[in-house]
Amino acid sequence: MTVLSEILPAAPEIFLAIATMILMMIGVFASQERAMRIVSSLAVLAILVTMGISVLQGQTTLIAFNGLFVINAFTVFTKVLVLLGSLLTLIISQDYARREHMAQFEFPILILFATVGMMMMISANDLISLYLGIELQSLSLYVIAAFQRDTVRSSEAGLKYFVLGALSSGMLLYGCSLIYGFAGTTQFAQLTETFHENGEASLGVVVGVVFLTTGLAFKVSAVPFHMWTPDVYEGAPTPVTAFFSVAPKIAAIALFVRTMIGPLNGLVADWQQIIIAISIASMTLGALAAIAQSNIKRLMAYSSIGHVGYALIGLAVGTEAGVHGILVYMSIYLAMNIGTFTCILSMRRNGQAVEGIEDLAGFGKTHPRMAFAMLVFMFSMAGIPPLAGFFGKLYVFLAAIQSGLFTLAIIGVVTSVIGAYYYLRIIKIMYFDESVETLDRQTARPVGFVMAIAAFVTIFFIIWPTPVINSAAVAAAALFPG
Amino acid sequence: MTEFWPALSMATFFPLIGAIGILTIRGTEEEVARNARWTALWVSLITFIISLFLWIDFDASQAGFQFVERNDWMPELNITYHMGIDGISMFFVLLSTFLTPICVLASWEAIKTNVKEYMISFLILETMMVGMFCALDFVLFYIFFEGVLIPMFLIIGVWGGPRRVYAAFKFFLYTLLGSVLMLLAILTMYFEANTTDIPTLMGFGFSADLQIWLWLACFASFAVKVPMWPVHTWLPDAHVEAPTAGSVILAGVLLKMGAYGFLRFSIPMMPLASEFFTPLIFTLSIIAVIYTSLVALAQEDMKKLIAYSSVAHMGIVTVGVFAMNQQAVQGAIVQMLSHGVVSAALFLCVGVVYDRIHSRDISSYGGLVNRMPKYSLVFMLFMLASIGLPGTSGFVGEFLVLVGLFQVNTLVATLAATGMFLGVAYMLYLYRRVIFGKLTKEELFTILDLDRREIAIFAPLVLVVLWMGIFPNSFLDPIDASVARLIENYHFALATGEGVSDVLSATLLAGAQR
Repeated sequence: MTVLSEILPAAPEIFLAIATMILMMIGVFASQERAMRIVSSLAVLAILVTMGISVLQGQTTLIAFNGLFVINAFTVFTKVLVLLGSLLTLIISQDYARREHMAQFEFPILILFATVGMMMMISANDLISLYLGIELQSLSLYVIAAFQRDTVRSSEAGLKYFVLGALSSGMLLYGCSLIYGFAGTTQFAQLTETFHENGEASLGVVVGVVFLTTGLAFKVSAVPFHMWTPDVYEGAPTPVTAFFSVAPKIAAIALFVRTMIGPLNGLVADWQQIIIAISIASMTLGALAAIAQSNIKRLMAYSSIGHVGYALIGLAVGTEAGVHGILVYMSIYLAMNIGTFTCILSMRRNGQAVEGIEDLAGFGKTHPRMAFAMLVFMFSMAGIPPLAGFFGKLYVFLAAIQSGLFTLAIIGVVTSVIGAYYYLRIIKIMYFDESVETLDRQTARPVGFVMAIAAFVTIFFIIWPTPVINSAAVAAAALFPG
Repeated sequence: MTEFWPALSMATFFPLIGAIGILTIRGTEEEVARNARWTALWVSLITFIISLFLWIDFDASQAGFQFVERNDWMPELNITYHMGIDGISMFFVLLSTFLTPICVLASWEAIKTNVKEYMISFLILETMMVGMFCALDFVLFYIFFEGVLIPMFLIIGVWGGPRRVYAAFKFFLYTLLGSVLMLLAILTMYFEANTTDIPTLMGFGFSADLQIWLWLACFASFAVKVPMWPVHTWLPDAHVEAPTAGSVILAGVLLKMGAYGFLRFSIPMMPLASEFFTPLIFTLSIIAVIYTSLVALAQEDMKKLIAYSSVAHMGIVTVGVFAMNQQAVQGAIVQMLSHGVVSAALFLCVGVVYDRIHSRDISSYGGLVNRMPKYSLVFMLFMLASIGLPGTSGFVGEFLVLVGLFQVNTLVATLAATGMFLGVAYMLYLYRRVIFGKLTKEELFTILDLDRREIAIFAPLVLVVLWMGIFPNSFLDPIDASVARLIENYHFALATGEGVSDVLSATLLAGAQR
């Protein structure tokens, strides 16, 4: 009985991990042509079941494995987002994988392992389990970044990601060890107490926190630790880029929030300035650097850097409203980003995938529906009401204004105007320019389906925002007991 | 009649439903185009009829908001779906619904590509415009206010002239930068008052030094929309490149959003700051009136000339709004309505010849009266209305503004009158060059006069211009009570509140002592 209650909170992770291993066996023994299809479908099913278990766990706070692992409303909410990201990626990647000769069953398996890692990150309640989660996630991601073994770009992306990712993991680990050394524990609960009691942190702890923040900033690709992002996004196969831009990002943001608001909350004065600085830097770089891009995946990399900057406003505020803002922002970001990538996945000419922004010329005439979806996503990313993206920005700016961080808010809105330029540029190319060569017409049905759903959510969020906003509010409240 | 159904929501969202309807039209390109045109026309006409009921049922004796609708929308933030109109906003709703069918008609033949998408954009634009004038929640207002950008960006960018990309981007980014600052002001107000409900905010009474910041943030947004000198430069570009109907809506309705914002937000919510900044508004407006009139005099492009004249006319409006007495404010509102109709009609006049000759240069015309007598008559009427000839709508507004302004500031009134004089100069000059003279240009020899569709477009505009000029009371009466209350509250706030200048000098003094 006691054993069961100890492991039950981790039921979704355990289920997904076991399911993944079973799927691996199935993949090995199934015939080669069918392996990918079977494993993918089962992987989708496994994720759905995991999501179901997560939701059923409810919103009570439970601690497992002697304090290494925690679930509460916050972890459930973010896990559902991550699982949704993985699920949608799996659905939209099948067609691409088949065409681009990367239809090996290891692909869904690796996505599932990465997902387990992300869920572990979200639920980590100890610096050790935090690191375990990050590494399980990262190692799987390094491999899928290089999944197109035969193309140089993909291999390069994987290698680059690995080298820089390992470096950041090292820094993170170094930070953890410093914190451990000066605070005497790795448990979040005890760290929280220690830092709350003596608000003055010793120099060693501060240095540790800085390293830890650096490592986490790396994982969310915030400036100045963003250098890997454009290259990896550009080089990795498109479905992988789609995956990178949502699931790991949400997981890393959630982890970032949990570490900063949880154990390090007592040191808010020490880390707040760091977060403000990287938030401003991310927003600015995301807005400016994307202007000159000609590859749409690269552009999306800078765009995601910018979006992380906005989400970090919520963290910089450090209040419940701020966390609420982050969660709303990331939920909306998930919808519009996956949607955008479905469009990018559908960009093909004579069967060949193309990635240039200029290739979209005349898209509005040749593919009216898809172009319309893309238009919706672009305006939404620029934060123009009545589309969903506006509400994400509204909630983070709300938190910033509430806490009196006016400068941050003003920089935020100004960079969002600059950023609007490159989103508009895509619309301009699609609708205002004449096409030279048209893109292929057919879109795989699952991709079109996901695109339609994402567009629907982005457009109609305004009518009934309450479910997302309320559950995000409950989730945020879970981090601020009492 | 209107108590039984949510009239404002219907007027707002009926065009949107129509747009969705057009979206589902299938068939060959020609069928789609024809059906889209007719659907858009009917939808916009029905919307206009719905909005007419608003006017009929409007209780002019009441100063408060009428046809109020209120529903929960984002309860956790206390943001509601709150709609309602008063005397100030009622006619703007009508102006929007009145101009949209005219725009649809004006685009009947001029738009040949992507007709379906064009009509959808216009109907969505109508939803945004009407919703914006009806919104009684600041966040709701903001959503409509910014939402206008999306269809307008596409209208300029897809169906515009040769430099349309530049114009569309400039329009979009200029206005966006202004509005995001207003968003921050809205959020700040929200945390002060714990609501974004407009009627509540009007009576809230923000502290004087906060009012300064809020006012400046809102000013950034509204000044770009009006547009006031020196942030008017997007307007000539946008007007020149937009298709005719786009210019009509831009001049007719979108420019009114700024001045409406001043009336609805800046003045009632930040009266102290408004008083403090009145000299700034007067200065910028007078510069706008005189400078842009001189610029208009030198234009070679007809649309550009009318665009600059719009800036000048809106300068008269802003001085009227901030003169803050009954005549001036009422005059400003009537001037906005009049300008909405007249400048729209002038752009349509340009559109008529542009459709035939495909040139907007004044120099490619001349002597049109010989071939186009009806056109010349219509053009003359609107030209005179723009100048402010008694008997036309333009006179009422300008006259009332000047009367009100004279009581407040003689110098500003004199300078504004000078601007009007310059207005006469450039309009008459334009008219002479286009209409009079000998018909010497070869391509004009075969030009045709107005056809039936074009007469149908101009007839209602002519009627309204004359009606407003001859029986201005049918427009002034509904506005009266709301404006009276606005002014009363404003002067009350000034009398009771500590003036901004007092607060500022106190702060400065404290700073100096330290």
